[in-house]
Amino acid sequence: MSSVPTQSWVMPAVALWQREVQRFLRQRSRVVGALATPVVFWVLVGSGFGRSFRGGDASEMNYLEYAYPGTIAMILLFTAIFSTISIIEDRREGFLQAVVAAPVHRSAIAFGKIMGSTTLAVFQAVLFLCLAPLAGVPISFFPVLAMVGACVIVAIGLSGLGVMIAWPMESTQGFHAIMNLFLLPMWLLSGALFPSSGASPWLGWVMALNPLTYGVSAIRGTLYYGQEGALAGGPSLVTALLVSIAFAFAMTVAATMIVGRKR
Amino acid sequence: MPEDTNPIIEITSLTHRSGDRTALDNVSLGVERGSIVALLGPNGGGKTTLFKILTTLLTPTSGAASVGGCDVVLNQADVRRRIGIVFQYPSLDKTLSVAENLTCQGHLYGLRGSNLRQRIASSLDRFGLTDRARDRVATLSGGLQRRVELAKSLLHQPEVLILDEPSTGLDPGARATLMDQLTELRDQDSVTSLLTTHLMDEADRCDRVAVLDLGKLVANDTPDALKSRIGGDVLTIQTKSPGELAKRAEEKFGVKAVVIDGVVHIEREKGHEFVPDIIEAFPGEIDSVTVGRPTLDDVFLQLTGHALGDESQEGDKGESR
Repeated sequence: MSSVPTQSWVMPAVALWQREVQRFLRQRSRVVGALATPVVFWVLVGSGFGRSFRGGDASEMNYLEYAYPGTIAMILLFTAIFSTISIIEDRREGFLQAVVAAPVHRSAIAFGKIMGSTTLAVFQAVLFLCLAPLAGVPISFFPVLAMVGACVIVAIGLSGLGVMIAWPMESTQGFHAIMNLFLLPMWLLSGALFPSSGASPWLGWVMALNPLTYGVSAIRGTLYYGQEGALAGGPSLVTALLVSIAFAFAMTVAATMIVGRKR
Repeated sequence: MPEDTNPIIEITSLTHRSGDRTALDNVSLGVERGSIVALLGPNGGGKTTLFKILTTLLTPTSGAASVGGCDVVLNQADVRRRIGIVFQYPSLDKTLSVAENLTCQGHLYGLRGSNLRQRIASSLDRFGLTDRARDRVATLSGGLQRRVELAKSLLHQPEVLILDEPSTGLDPGARATLMDQLTELRDQDSVTSLLTTHLMDEADRCDRVAVLDLGKLVANDTPDALKSRIGGDVLTIQTKSPGELAKRAEEKFGVKAVVIDGVVHIEREKGHEFVPDIIEAFPGEIDSVTVGRPTLDDVFLQLTGHALGDESQEGDKGESR
């Protein structure tokens, strides 16, 4: 027979990334859903809490503005998680069986999926950025660019986490349980809604151990780069970025290992 | 290229156990280059286990299997490049178009650029899908989806095609088309096909039939040779109480009578001479009697002692997924 193709790592990863984006753009409800939920949440919670949220380090900004970086983290979380849930559907609908039987290294599968999910998450976050002026968030070119970079790092970590959870799962129900018990609390206790400075000591510890705390701080810190008190008592920008990068790296490695296992 | 006479698929003493269940029991089988072979058997017979081992998705407990000289365990990547796989359940992304699915598959197999575009164009043409290339897979009929599935599995020009119950969900017309396509692939590109099936008429259209029952290979021959194992004719008798009639016929004539799908089957030399005897023996009870050459159904029955569709004989059918 003619040309037996050589094993490639990049092409399969690119193929899976491309498919993720194509699917997303085709399912309009997903584009709207992943964006609308956080926006509604942000407006309702932001307006509702606004009056009771006074004092602390964040006294200079209104609550809508305080919750803005946290909402971006929520968008990243939702999009990354929902797009990695599709692994379960892919398995059920059969697409995945052809992928795992192809001459493709498993790490390329994990990487393609993480990159696809990261692309969608960051794309949604950038859409949400268009609402920044409404929140009174100052927008200028370099901080926004840096923030998009921070979003990429955070999204890689969350996508890796999503792949890790979704790969061994048989049904999406299980994923929803994990979403409610683990991922939502992770977001709630990330400094997205309230700073750790106001929390009780044990909660402060939980928040300090929560990787997403550093993600939210990285987003907040880049967006308000150079502004005193913007981090509202959270970790410093350098710490936040370093921890987020480490988290992204660890999750990518862990996801690759789980995908590499034979089921 | 010199003619290679070694079997393209070689299975040697292959055994697979999961828990205390033996899904494959010391199976040895060679598949000749450029042939179409059916793996026939009931659900739980071991077909799917064998399919998974040959497609490198499952590691056997013992024994060996190779495709094109490459061991399915030790040389996984080479095997994967040599085989095209058609799964029992669709592996297409329904939200993508036909062409997008093929492009994705091509990339997974390391194909790209104009080479890939050419292959996609020619495979769309071959399977009569050119005008549906931009349609989403979800909008295609089951038969057309299967054709895309076949086009997808052939994109990297494999030497061997391995199909798991390829006729699942297909109407008889689409099923016949599929067999025509496999025949054409064999004749034009000397592609070897190995397909699992529980349908006799499908097995009948293959070059060889390997019969798997309860994990054991009980026969491996051409359909005609298998049928000639049954010397005589087969009488099929329609009646209102087949079970009872079969029993009485066995007592009266000393023949073996078996009920398949509510019809009594009796194997007998010179079947036409037996027809009046049986009608006179059970007056008014017989609706019709047909005398025919044996079918693969009869062969399967003779080989295994039970009918192919006979669920009660299969025991635990929990074939490992």
